[in-house]
Amino acid sequence: MTDETVISAKDLSLTFQTNDGPVHALKDVTLDVRKGDFVSFIGPSGCGKTTFLRCMADLEHPTGGTITVNGVSPEEARKSRAYGYVFQAAGLYPWRTIGGNIRMPLEIMGYAKAEQDQRVARVLELVDLAGFEKKFPWQLSGGMQQRASIARALSFDADILLMDEPFGALDEIVRDHLNEQLLSLWDRTDKTICFVTHSIPEAVYLSTKIVVMSPRPGRITDVIESPLPRERPLDIRDTPEFIEIAHRVRDGLRAGYGDAI
Amino acid sequence: MRNVVPILTVVCTLLVIWYAAAVWLNAPWAYNKAERAGIELNFADLVSDTWSQDKPKLPAPHQVGAEIWKTTGEMVLNGRGFSKRSLIYHSWVTFSATALGFLLGTGLGIALAIGIVYNRTMDMSVMPWVIASQTIPILAIAPMIIVVLNAVGISGLLPKAMISMYLSFFPVVVGMVKGLRSPAPMQLDQMRTWSATPAQTFWRLRLPSSMPYLFASLKIGMAASLVGAIVGELPTGAVAGLGARLLAGSYYGQTIQIWSALIMAATLAAILVGLIGVLQRITLKRMGMA
Ligand SMILES: Nc1ncnc2c1ncn2[C@@H]1O[C@H](COP(=O)(O)OP(=O)(O)OP(=O)(O)O)[C@@H](O)[C@H]1O
Ligand SMILES: [Mg+2]
Repeated sequence: MTDETVISAKDLSLTFQTNDGPVHALKDVTLDVRKGDFVSFIGPSGCGKTTFLRCMADLEHPTGGTITVNGVSPEEARKSRAYGYVFQAAGLYPWRTIGGNIRMPLEIMGYAKAEQDQRVARVLELVDLAGFEKKFPWQLSGGMQQRASIARALSFDADILLMDEPFGALDEIVRDHLNEQLLSLWDRTDKTICFVTHSIPEAVYLSTKIVVMSPRPGRITDVIESPLPRERPLDIRDTPEFIEIAHRVRDGLRAGYGDAI
Repeated sequence: MRNVVPILTVVCTLLVIWYAAAVWLNAPWAYNKAERAGIELNFADLVSDTWSQDKPKLPAPHQVGAEIWKTTGEMVLNGRGFSKRSLIYHSWVTFSATALGFLLGTGLGIALAIGIVYNRTMDMSVMPWVIASQTIPILAIAPMIIVVLNAVGISGLLPKAMISMYLSFFPVVVGMVKGLRSPAPMQLDQMRTWSATPAQTFWRLRLPSSMPYLFASLKIGMAASLVGAIVGELPTGAVAGLGARLLAGSYYGQTIQIWSALIMAATLAAILVGLIGVLQRITLKRMGMA
């Protein structure tokens, strides 16, 4: 693994001008993400996790500081299709089959038909949905839809995966299963993943780096480099190391809430 | 076929009301005739008279039915289905104006909607005019359209179609603006992350999202087109078309002819709207949305 920096934010700030005055969604956020990192962002609601991810994706424009993705501006990175973005809701197009949904970015990016077929088949395999290509989204469970949307983000093989609470709406068991799959996918493909979550166990289980954030203004309060090995069976969650990191995350979160609780 | 019973119930109820109303409305004329002939009418006479007058205030359903049969089925059997006296011919004339006007109106409506959605200036300026256009009574503007177009040498089908278009583009604009704007912000962001071009976003996201809205508008637009075509036939002294039949009927007090033209118009509307419904079901089914 190299130490190449993939995402680099320096003193990044973003202030939304609203009718109730300015909202400091991000203030002086500095963070480096190395290639192959699995970074989780955790923090109370409104601390700017989504906003940070959207800045990386060039869906939001920072009002201060700098951010680079693959060494270039987020806009250039977006135009060179450097990342796949998984939104909180699966957001599949109801009028397209699962295969058609995954094909959508490939069509837009101008892949040849044969290449499209091949890639659709490959990513469906990857997320365990082989055989569902011809089904429509409503014929799939919520968890399967979310997997399909991950497959869609994977289909054009971007090196960076930005995921905003992709498993937020799923039950614990399905979530565990998808977490495992996501980890093994990350392990096999050596992608860089930025992952927003509200769940401490999820963050600790998945990440090589946990970024704890706090609101008003949105900022980073702690960055934890996980000592856990790359290989992580589900029961690693009962080990003392795991519990220790979870504690540290919890403490960081508490501090972020301040006197509110 | 669980629908059959309720539908039949409604139809029967309507027929009963219609027959009763025919007795009630045509009774004065029946009494009038009886008085002049110096005879007493019992109830059976009254009913049979009110249901069989030549120029009744309200013709009975079977009279209208007989007239429709005489001007459609019977003429077809005689091999004159398309003669100038046949309702099929007149329906066809009205239908061609309706269809052309509907196509023009749909095209105009979609074009305006795209302009409104994609162009800020149009968004701010066009909609008030579109709404204003519909507040002018069509009966006031129809003769002007026809006179103006006649002056530049356009006559026949096109002026009527223009009036149809004038009525039918409105629901399409309103529906399509809403439809093209129906994708969620997230879906638009999604397109942006793939750096899709505006054209790709249009064809792959906005247009498919707007389909349910489009079909709802098309149904209203089709009905409006038909009204437009009929209205377009009224002030021109047209000799052909359902509108012309209505007008001729009212000149000569031929209520049976008026009613059969009306029923034909309603049937035509039902068929056309039904066709769009079928098209809608097929399209949405193929899109996995129904
Ligand atoms: N488009 C916007 N306009 C105005 N304010 C916004 C906008 N987007 C986000 N905000 C504000 O910025 C702050 C950070 O929002 P953000 O969505 O990044 O939070 P989050 O950490 O993702 O929260 P959650 O965990 O609830 O998803 C919030 O106070 C939010 O109200
Ligand atoms: Mg969020």
